[in-house]
Amino acid sequence: MTNVPTPLPGVFYRKPSPDADEFAHPGDQVEEGQVIGLIEVMKSFSELKAPAGGTVQEFLVEDGDEVTVGQDVAVIE
Amino acid sequence: MADHRVLVANRGEIAVRIIRAAHTLGWEAVAVYSDADADALWVRLADEAVHVGPSPASKSYLVADRVVEAAVSSKCDLVHPGYGFLSERAGFAAAVEEAGLAFVGPSADVISRMGDKASARRTAKAADVPVIPGSDEIVDVPDAQRLAEEIGYPVLVKASAGGGGRGIRMVDGPGELAVAVTESKNEARSSFGDDAVYLEKAVLDARHIEVQVMADSRGHVTHAGERDCSVQRRRQKLLEEAPAADLDPDTRHAMVEASVRLAREIGYVGAGTIEYLVTADHFYFMEMNTRIQVEHPISEQVTGVDLVAEQLRVAAGEELSFDGDAQAAEGVAFEFRINAEDPDNAFFPSPGTLTRLDVPGGPGIRVETGFVAGGAVAPYYDSLLAKLVVHGRDRQEAVARSVQALGELCVEGVSTTRDVHLRLLEDSSLKDGPVTTSWLEGFLASS
Repeated sequence: MTNVPTPLPGVFYRKPSPDADEFAHPGDQVEEGQVIGLIEVMKSFSELKAPAGGTVQEFLVEDGDEVTVGQDVAVIE
Repeated sequence: MADHRVLVANRGEIAVRIIRAAHTLGWEAVAVYSDADADALWVRLADEAVHVGPSPASKSYLVADRVVEAAVSSKCDLVHPGYGFLSERAGFAAAVEEAGLAFVGPSADVISRMGDKASARRTAKAADVPVIPGSDEIVDVPDAQRLAEEIGYPVLVKASAGGGGRGIRMVDGPGELAVAVTESKNEARSSFGDDAVYLEKAVLDARHIEVQVMADSRGHVTHAGERDCSVQRRRQKLLEEAPAADLDPDTRHAMVEASVRLAREIGYVGAGTIEYLVTADHFYFMEMNTRIQVEHPISEQVTGVDLVAEQLRVAAGEELSFDGDAQAAEGVAFEFRINAEDPDNAFFPSPGTLTRLDVPGGPGIRVETGFVAGGAVAPYYDSLLAKLVVHGRDRQEAVARSVQALGELCVEGVSTTRDVHLRLLEDSSLKDGPVTTSWLEGFLASS
């Protein structure tokens, strides 16, 4: 089990744009370095990448919710 | 009971600015705030404050229904949208009017007409305002080649629904055109859900100069002169100046006339800004911003007009109180945007707690901020921490006062753009006169 913390505070997004599909869904296989979300800090968007490969267990934060530094946003197994 | 009560549908320094203007007129002002802003300065300065939701702007300041509801429940008769957020959403302006309140700005129809790039361009052209040579219609690969030849290279391929610099490609010659059109269409489709693109002549080595217009609902239109906003990084303004240094008087006159004419043609009401690209012998319409702008204080310094109070007055049905043609700009004013960004890390945002905020003072010095020492710079909103506005009788005095004021400004707890401004002022290119929009990026790359 790998928790995926955000290195930045701000707003977490699961999609590249409001009308697009989510980067990843629970149950999806992801590779190390694959983008699984975006963090918006003061209108600047940074990619959140999977720290390890595996299956996405769950997202702990909803699309559009605020996050603090170090907060876990997803779990990969 | 005051004559009017205005809902301030914004946050930060512009919320403070609007509350001050309202109080100066003897009006009352109602603030809105998110969770993160509960203890903010503008909440304290307002006569009443209404909570509109959680910290992310998309759940609070951008929720039009909730903001209109806040205005109705707090018994306001006007809504001032500030800049950003809901200020250029035609639907919001319409909702405010439908609720029986006055929107501080132009009609919803004018907002949507000037908000769409292609329609704004057609409108400007119809009002005899020079536009950048380009294709008025949407182009595809086959006809792009012919149109580009007509316009002359280099050309820009631009997304019709575009914004924020996305979907734009510069093309130097016919060999690269097909690829650029395809790429631009793909980017436009994924960014905006609309792959329409058009061509425009690339205007190189130009200055960004904009004209401040102001109109009342009785058919009067005037201006508050121009501002030079050429010092930009990635299309974000960093430093502005009024009036534009060394601008040919005939060009200036023609730009001001064109701006007033355009505002009159479209039945504009309130404060608006018309942005132009200016070369040695031409000026071209870029866009119109149908709201107050961040850099409005430099125009206020050189004209003596309180533009925000004027916005409120005309929204309440009063007449314009000044005539831009009757007064010349007095002296020179600069605005330095002090952003919570780290210039040593590609200007990456720097949220945090302001452990120290000492602001400068003295003749000609004005600071606009929504923050106080000890407050938090939240990661949810834009990075503007403060605007340092400096006025002098001439450019030399304004520069000298700016250097002193920037030196006095002390911010701790977050990184800021202060030192970049000090470096810019030491550079002779800026000190000696006007620069073009590509200058700052070159300066930053070489220093």
